[in-house]
Amino acid sequence: MYNQNLKNKYNALFNIVQRLKEKKEQAQPQKEKTTIPSNLNPVEQEELQKQIDQQAYQWLVQQHQPRTTWLRNTILAFLVGGIICTLGQIIQNYFRGFGLTLREAGTVTVFIMVFLGAFLTGLGIYDKIGKYGGAGSIIPITGFANSIVASAMEFKREGYVYGVGARLFNVAGPVLTFGFIISVLIGLLYYFFT
Amino acid sequence: MQQPIKKIGKQTLQFMQPPVVLSFASIVGPMEGKGPYGSAFDYILEDTLFGEKSWEKAESKMLRETIKMTLQKANLTAPDVDFMLAGDLLNQIVAANFAAREITIPFLGLYGACSTMAESIGLGSILIDGGFAHRVIAGVSSHHHTAERQFRFPTEQGVHRPLWSQWTVTGSGGILLAREGNGPVITHLTVGQVVDLGIKDSNDMGAAMAPAAVDTLIRHFQDLNRQSLDYDLILTGDLGTVGLKLTWELLKMEGYRVENNLKDCGVLLYHPEQDTHAGGSGCGCSAVMLCGPILRRVVEGAYRRVLFVGTGALLSPTTVYQGESVPSIAHAVVIEYIPPG
Amino acid sequence: MVSLLTAFVIGGVLCALGQIIMDFSRPVVTPGHILVGYVTGGAILSALGLYQPLIDIGGAGATIPLSGFGHSLAQGAIASVKADGLLGAFSGGIQATAVGIAAAVVFGFTMAVLFNPKG
Repeated sequence: MYNQNLKNKYNALFNIVQRLKEKKEQAQPQKEKTTIPSNLNPVEQEELQKQIDQQAYQWLVQQHQPRTTWLRNTILAFLVGGIICTLGQIIQNYFRGFGLTLREAGTVTVFIMVFLGAFLTGLGIYDKIGKYGGAGSIIPITGFANSIVASAMEFKREGYVYGVGARLFNVAGPVLTFGFIISVLIGLLYYFFT
Repeated sequence: MQQPIKKIGKQTLQFMQPPVVLSFASIVGPMEGKGPYGSAFDYILEDTLFGEKSWEKAESKMLRETIKMTLQKANLTAPDVDFMLAGDLLNQIVAANFAAREITIPFLGLYGACSTMAESIGLGSILIDGGFAHRVIAGVSSHHHTAERQFRFPTEQGVHRPLWSQWTVTGSGGILLAREGNGPVITHLTVGQVVDLGIKDSNDMGAAMAPAAVDTLIRHFQDLNRQSLDYDLILTGDLGTVGLKLTWELLKMEGYRVENNLKDCGVLLYHPEQDTHAGGSGCGCSAVMLCGPILRRVVEGAYRRVLFVGTGALLSPTTVYQGESVPSIAHAVVIEYIPPG
Repeated sequence: MVSLLTAFVIGGVLCALGQIIMDFSRPVVTPGHILVGYVTGGAILSALGLYQPLIDIGGAGATIPLSGFGHSLAQGAIASVKADGLLGAFSGGIQATAVGIAAAVVFGFTMAVLFNPKG
């Protein structure tokens, strides 16, 4: 009875999925045909059938999705990420010229890059870079600043405490949480094992 | 005396006294105004804030103005209308609720995700044909920026949109249904079932909704014993290019001949070079296309019989984070018009 | 000049790697996952002594990506443990990254107050 109810619900789609499966099996003849073992109870059989249906449909979806242009995305990420890092290097070299140590110059560079990321977000430019750069604009520290400003700015209308203050850490929160935990763990491990 | 049941087949309702579309109106955002149908909308916003302080307020104002405009076009005022059915995409459908605060019409809030336009037209027709109302106004809205930050990322965050993602439409549409009058009529409603074929990518809504659209379409054809070619136009809500292709494929697999009469609002609304990727989505997508260019063409007599299929992806950010797939629904309404003379 | 070129290449490769991970694991991996993954990954590599060579070659190309942030967290913790003992494990990482974090919060807040989102 339960079996029948479920089958009714998916009735119109059932035939389609049957045909999809045939099509999928034609396309991939090397794979074994999926058959439902008969020793399962009806509810389990139905569940398995549903999973097979979903797989068949997802296969069809993949056939129709625009090809992921991962190569283009990767090249763009490489270029954008590379340019941001080169900018960082220019700033670092500049401050090294004043006689700052490598560590000091590094800190000043991070400081300036964070400012640039935040400022470009405020001007509404960083999201345009992100549209092309993808990971190339997310992974540098400027992307971290972008995620902070973007959510804080967007929720300004909810007030300064629950809007800006709370949302500031929307993406930054998890980063700091896991960053601090791993940092303390490494410190502890170092203390106990050396 | 007992009334006869007006249901045909499994899921289709046939209206005995088909409700008449007295008037319709649409407001769209600046980007939609630059699309191929820009001139067919009643009002194009100059900016997405619409003179308000927040995008949520702007969306609510947009819906309110659309409702007012729809009433004006029919030379009616709020007291002439019995019910207002409205919805949107925001949490607790606030855009509709706050629009209703300013309009003194008894209000029923609806949520059917992007299918809300079809749902509200269908329920409005039921109220009228059931003899509970003289006139019902239905309206929905969506706003790109409010939806984007609720469902995905803040607008200023630099993220990559995949090629199959869709662009939430900024726009709202309103339609006034009445027991008597001249104009296109709503003859049938097919209420859809929730269908889920396990698509988990919240960007891939077209693929998630296509099975629901096909399920409702096939049910509709079976219930009424019709063919897809019985319609001048089958207009799906917001399947986008990917979802439309899938729907096409699935219908063909089931032996339904679909030709150029199957179209999708999400695909029609923007020029390809507007860089929306797979097309438009959101409540407003089907609403502005129906209440703008499509009904205009119906009134001109270009389409005699249109099947309007509102499609909705019933997801929330929470369900996405929890790894749930995207359940979808589709409702179909038949709009017929025989021009006088 | 050489330092600019190496920064470009190392930084670019780190970002390209993140893009490949994102493209091939859609929709599971979001930008948030990538940021968290790079910080923890960078910290672990750094603790194993594998990140310092990358910085020696790439300079800002290795410190500007968030894995460099993870490196600072790890090295800060280790240095503090050496100097202050057990409590250093808790203070070191945060001390080493304090400028970056405070700058991000202060600039983030300032920009959010000054500007409105354009959509």
